[in-house]
Amino acid sequence: MTDEPSLTLFQQQEANRRRTTLLVVGFVLFFAWLGFGGDFIYWLATAHEPPAAQHTVWWFGMAATALGALLAWYAYSAGPEKVLWATGAEEVLEPATDQQRQLVNVVEEMAIAAGVPRPRIWIVPDPDPNAFATGVDPSHAHVAVTQGLLDLCSRDELQAVIGHELGHVKNLDVRLMTTLAALVGAVLLMRDGATRIFFSRGSGRIAGGGGGGSGGGRGGRKNLGPLVAVLLVVWIVSWILAPIISQLLALAVSRKREYLADAMGAQFTRNPLALASALHKIEAADAPTTHIKQGAAHLCIADPLGRRLTSHEGFLADLLATHPPMAKRITILRGMGYAALKKEGGSVA
Amino acid sequence: MSSWLLLILLAAVALWLVGAYNGLVSLKNQTLNAFKQIDVQLKRRHDLIPNLVNAVKGAMDFERSTLEAVIQARNQAVQVNPSGPGGVKRISQAENALSSALQRLMVVVEQYPQLKATSNVGQLQEELTSTENRIAFARQLYNDTATQYNTRQQQFPTSLVAGLARVQPADLWEITDQGERAVPQVDLSLKPKA
Repeated sequence: MTDEPSLTLFQQQEANRRRTTLLVVGFVLFFAWLGFGGDFIYWLATAHEPPAAQHTVWWFGMAATALGALLAWYAYSAGPEKVLWATGAEEVLEPATDQQRQLVNVVEEMAIAAGVPRPRIWIVPDPDPNAFATGVDPSHAHVAVTQGLLDLCSRDELQAVIGHELGHVKNLDVRLMTTLAALVGAVLLMRDGATRIFFSRGSGRIAGGGGGGSGGGRGGRKNLGPLVAVLLVVWIVSWILAPIISQLLALAVSRKREYLADAMGAQFTRNPLALASALHKIEAADAPTTHIKQGAAHLCIADPLGRRLTSHEGFLADLLATHPPMAKRITILRGMGYAALKKEGGSVA
Repeated sequence: MSSWLLLILLAAVALWLVGAYNGLVSLKNQTLNAFKQIDVQLKRRHDLIPNLVNAVKGAMDFERSTLEAVIQARNQAVQVNPSGPGGVKRISQAENALSSALQRLMVVVEQYPQLKATSNVGQLQEELTSTENRIAFARQLYNDTATQYNTRQQQFPTSLVAGLARVQPADLWEITDQGERAVPQVDLSLKPKA
């Protein structure tokens, strides 16, 4: 929080591009490790076998890398659609009510203020107030708000929330956060699938791999050196840790961004007090946003899961909360608002 | 050896020149584009006003002067010639006059709840609010971009390239109307709960 807002917009965009690339490359490399690690252990285990029975062609590795690359490509290209689909959002094409007409107007106003093309607009049928943005770049962006937000917020507050979301769009946070959401989703799916295959059939295959070729299973396993044992443990642990790591990554990436997007939203609307009041209302309506699941939590303006950690500061919250404490965000915005009022010579009261 | 150093130095200077020049040109185009955005929104307002006036005309015979002021200000704003020196100033003066005329009209409309109750007027009011906001935000974006452009031109060492690129400081869109300047946008519901 200390250094990022001082970066220029261009640097912020560059950092987000770079981080997205790192994320995708890291994801594919991790899959390669899972695959080739398995191959290597299999090969070590069969090294004493006759050449015909040795594991020399590294099928697991190639398959896993291909799968990782495919998943990453899919997450990157279909991420926004999948995120919107997962929340059950409906696109506003032709505004049907006065409320929707106002939403469309507000989004167009803020798109002008931010100097970006108008994003596509979605409404999540959920009574809890929340909002998020997704997309690959400003020309292909989506802004979604819950029905609860529309019902609860005044025009100015809605404008402030949309300004915050367009801040995420303009500095390319959406690219990183959407790709991450899709990858986290993929890893969580993989975990469910992999635990089933790996621990029922797969583990038998690997344990038996030591001597399966020769028929002397017991003799083969004795030849496994400590290196193979260590590798095997590390490899299995990384299978188990993958979902946890990807979750932590999602948390770490989103917290600092909220302060920055708050500041950008305030810059677009020149009305930080409206965002402060919107955040106050969102915070007061404590019910969790049931339509938004854990995978997309870090995209939202406020933690949709209503976790108590979000309201604290400190090491544990820094480690485990997706969002900075709401009270702190509101305090910062009020500070901006009062400073601006004072400069204009108006009075707060 | 020293000729190599000289060559590297020259190449560095040439690279910087190209970068500074392109940066200025890019900012200039951004400023022009931001100005076009204001134009688009002003056009939208000009098209909207006749609808609004027609919708409230029947019910507001007694406020004829307010309506006529809006129509007159609108017609003057449409006729402004934007090209030539001081174009920005002329447009902003005409549009500011229109803004204050519209504001007076909206205040009058607020005084007649039965007028607002007809959904047509309510919708038009929302459209007008949105249009006024769009103009304000387009103006804000233009002023921000133009300020950035002007600052870049005047800052050393980019100021050396400014002459080469034949750039001129862009006019800012100023609020000349005292009435508009005096209206503070304070939402009373935002007061801290004491």
